[in-house]
Amino acid sequence: MKGVGRLGKLLLQSLRDLLPIVIVVAFFQIVVLQEPVPNLDRILIGLVFVVLGLTLFVHGLELGLFPIGENMAHAFARKGSVVALLAFSFALGFGTTAAEPALIAVADEAAEIASAGGVIPSNPEAQESYSLELRMTVAVSVGVSLVLGVLRILKGLPLPLFIITGYLLVVVMTAFAPPEIVGIAYDSGGVTTSTITVPLVTALGVGLATTLRGRNPLIDGFGLIAFASLLPMIFVLGFGMLRG
Amino acid sequence: MSLLTQMVLVFRDTILDVLPIILILVFFQVVVIRRRPAHLRRVVTGFAFVLLGMALFLVGLEEALFPLGRAMALQLTDPAFTGQEPTAPVDWTRFLWVYVFAAAIGFATTVAEPSLIAVSIKAEAVSGQALNAWGLRLAVAVGVAAGVALGTFRIVWGAPLPYFIIAGYIVVILQTWRASRSIIPLAYDSGGVTTSTVTVPVVTALGLGLAEAVPGRSPLLDGFGLIAFASVFPIMAVLGYQQLSDWRIARRRSENEGS
Repeated sequence: MKGVGRLGKLLLQSLRDLLPIVIVVAFFQIVVLQEPVPNLDRILIGLVFVVLGLTLFVHGLELGLFPIGENMAHAFARKGSVVALLAFSFALGFGTTAAEPALIAVADEAAEIASAGGVIPSNPEAQESYSLELRMTVAVSVGVSLVLGVLRILKGLPLPLFIITGYLLVVVMTAFAPPEIVGIAYDSGGVTTSTITVPLVTALGVGLATTLRGRNPLIDGFGLIAFASLLPMIFVLGFGMLRG
Repeated sequence: MSLLTQMVLVFRDTILDVLPIILILVFFQVVVIRRRPAHLRRVVTGFAFVLLGMALFLVGLEEALFPLGRAMALQLTDPAFTGQEPTAPVDWTRFLWVYVFAAAIGFATTVAEPSLIAVSIKAEAVSGQALNAWGLRLAVAVGVAAGVALGTFRIVWGAPLPYFIIAGYIVVILQTWRASRSIIPLAYDSGGVTTSTVTVPVVTALGLGLAEAVPGRSPLLDGFGLIAFASVFPIMAVLGYQQLSDWRIARRRSENEGS
């Protein structure tokens, strides 16, 4: 009975979360564009799906994703093996990014730009290998991000130190990187962090900061995502400078 | 395509996307940690809920929202609507509805972003309810709205992207210097979580449509960059949100002392 009440509450929250989109889309369709809403029945069915999906997702988050992330953080801390923890962090960052659909789309687009700009020969093979190299660059960068981020939590170093250094690197590299790659590099920071990775990585960071003595979960536990959205920019700018 | 086949296809894709994560978790759990995780059944049930929820969510978005959102982005940027002639000099005032749409859709999609929901739930729990999850999400959404609106204005204007982003960094650094230490990591994280499942497809369509429609812009070169705006501005918004609430607490305190 308690579970049902909890689900009901989540369902209401999902409805509230979806309401702004419905209002914005309806307003622009009816008032600004002054057109009827096409396939209204399909849209309503779709919205029911979205609300149910969001509710199940948030419920599963609290049941499965958060606990497993924190459990693993505790288990690694108990084991005391930094190498194993860092290997896990790298694998998690690399593995979740390499196959990320949003990244594949951006990398393909980038290959098109590169071939239009004459950086690579304009044939499908060259484009495909460029796109793959770019994806691997980003995946490695996210792996390295989590390793660096976890090391920071272990050492208890202040996050702004890293992030502001990263910003400076981005600014300096922007001046030397080919202009075509800059837009892609800046966007690549945003597309790497997927919906399943974020809760898992957040739980890992908070779990570590809770387990280690002298760490504050709010100050030390968060920040992994920040690394994962900054380092890809630096790596992709570097990739652009090397590939010309 | 029927709804059912689409459902099955999306469910398969979701599982394929999540497979690497599951393999890594199982590998490290079995080979390295060598312990049965606590509440294994609950965790597996939770994973099943997450997968099913993601699949339903994506099918629903593809069914209800994305086609309409993309069509809207194209219609609002179309010369037939804006009256911008392909040969005439660019008149930025013709694109007012585009900026309004950018802000509104940026706000609305961010509020529905599942990964932001996850981070804000965690932040509220970790802070001992001192931080309000809903307030944090609204702050991030306001940041994305401002960022995407300015980003569309930049595409129309044609000014270089790095200037804006670097200016954004400078503001973030200044705010960091003044902000309380406990909000900074969360603010930096919020830049990365805002742009995912819901926001990226609609915002990307808007950027590409706009770059196509504005004379002298190339979709390949100028269509990018909106995501970058949507990742920097939430950091400012969250830091600003904290500064505002600190300031209000301080003012209330001084009022109480005064009376």
